[in-house]
Amino acid sequence: MARMKFLCDADRCIECNACATACKNENEVPWGINRRRVVTLNDGKPGERSVSMACMHCTDAPCAAVCPVNCFYTTVDAVVLHDKDLCIGCGYCFYACPFGAPQYPKVGNFGSRGKMDKCTFCAGGPDEDRSQAEFAKYGRNRLAEGKLPLCAEMCSTKSLLAGDGEIIAQIYKERVAKRGYGSGAWGWQVAYKETVAL
Amino acid sequence: MTKHLFRPALVAAALLLAVPGIAQQNQPVPAPQQQNQTNPGGAQPSAPAAQTPAQANPAVPATAPAPAPPPVSKANAPVASPAPPGAKSEPPTPGQTARSGAFSADVKPTAQAVSEKDLFSKLKDGQTINGRVSIPDQRSANLIQPEGNEWRAFKTQTLPKIGAASILGMLILLALFYAIRGKIRIDAGPSNKRILRFGGLERFGHWLVASSFIALAITGLNVTFGRSVLLPVLGPEAFTAFSLFAKNVHNYIAFAFMAGLVLIFLLWVVHNIPNATDLQWIAQGGGILSKGRHPPARKFNAGQKLIFWSVIVGGALLSLSGLHLLFPYQIGGGIGDVQWHSQLHGVISVIMVAIILAHIYIGSIGMEGAFDAMGVGNVDLNWAKEHHSLWVEEEMRKGSSVPAGRVMPAE
Repeated sequence: MARMKFLCDADRCIECNACATACKNENEVPWGINRRRVVTLNDGKPGERSVSMACMHCTDAPCAAVCPVNCFYTTVDAVVLHDKDLCIGCGYCFYACPFGAPQYPKVGNFGSRGKMDKCTFCAGGPDEDRSQAEFAKYGRNRLAEGKLPLCAEMCSTKSLLAGDGEIIAQIYKERVAKRGYGSGAWGWQVAYKETVAL
Repeated sequence: MTKHLFRPALVAAALLLAVPGIAQQNQPVPAPQQQNQTNPGGAQPSAPAAQTPAQANPAVPATAPAPAPPPVSKANAPVASPAPPGAKSEPPTPGQTARSGAFSADVKPTAQAVSEKDLFSKLKDGQTINGRVSIPDQRSANLIQPEGNEWRAFKTQTLPKIGAASILGMLILLALFYAIRGKIRIDAGPSNKRILRFGGLERFGHWLVASSFIALAITGLNVTFGRSVLLPVLGPEAFTAFSLFAKNVHNYIAFAFMAGLVLIFLLWVVHNIPNATDLQWIAQGGGILSKGRHPPARKFNAGQKLIFWSVIVGGALLSLSGLHLLFPYQIGGGIGDVQWHSQLHGVISVIMVAIILAHIYIGSIGMEGAFDAMGVGNVDLNWAKEHHSLWVEEEMRKGSSVPAGRVMPAE
């Protein structure tokens, strides 16, 4: 079974934000919530790099560990999902997440944040696959349709890779070997306790 | 080899400095001939030897006469000639080589690229990898915050350990104390007279803080222990319903607790200033360990003062940290601030629960006649004389405290 991961090749990212836009459109993400965003480091300086970041679907996910109501689960594809019917909107997953992935419809509105929302790796939620209920709560279940997350699928420079961890790591390794440089697999060490050896 | 090839460059530099006029003219737009002379091709082993003047980096000639900027060199050049040592110590950098257009295998145009490994190695405690985002939510510019994992360890390991140790530890201590000492009786036995100890407002303040604290403690403990204790019993749906209710109770009852805290502080702070009597009380261990021993005390003894200040200080810390959690971006300062305050809130909470368990014990099953003080407001005169001798004397002196109407038959 595949172990799904994201990998952003920052040396290719051109900060076009198409991944963030595609995600919002495909999943009809509520206003104010960004399941994916592009962060530019060393902006305007030599060596500037942009990294597209969303939920990394961590191994031994911190959000799942700290959730007071245990609403997280990991799919057979190692995608970390949560059940909005069980979420109480306490915000603890946001405290623990190293990537700032969990989002809330209401930000710090007197503790009533609403149900948490985050990247699902386009894999929906616990409701029936491709059902209306699933789409309304979690967005498109592209994995159930045999497709990969749209953010990576439509990345114009193929900077953002999504898929089986071993395969995307191999693609990245080959790129680094060929061009002679690579700024690293962003977030991998924190999320998966391993990185791509360059 | 390098030394040998540098020689023409040095000669050229000296020539340029000796003739300030030429140097001035040639610095911005070097003439082809001079490029040829100053081209430090030998200093970059990777560059092809047959590099033509046209390919030469326009920036390179500047390195030779560079130490003398145009206006200064005009005045100083004939006297001081810092150019030769300067030229020697400034071989062209890889970046400059790259700009010459000919990439070779070991020339990396991204040598300066920011890498995650470098950023992490420079990251200090509490810092995050931060950048710029073009979406309105500026908080999302936080790319990676490793503190998340530390907070996780606190939430899943440290706090449950501290909580279980302090709460279970206190329950065990109290059970042992009850087993050894038993219920503390009124030594002289109940009298037929009673004395007013706490008026209506005082009891209201006490029960406002007490009831809200119990509600906050139960709903708060649910966040830390509910998943392992209640969830298996209730099942996911019922536990979520309870937790959602508990979260709202916790968020709103908090304000009743804060109001009660202010009220009891104003009512009792004058009676809780430590004084010499407290030292005597502490020296005798409050007399709680042996029968018939009662160190003098005024309205509140040293033990009660300790509870008072624990509630005031602990409650204030809980209130402040709680407000940071309720309003993370209005009062709190973002993710790091919220993580810190949630840790403070958690640790103080479980310690407070342990302290209050002891307070509940001694005010109920632990001591005969003690509950009346907060229950009905008046206490047995013999109980008062034993536990608050100085206070009874003061009240008697005032004469108003034991009016005929308030002296009631015991029980």
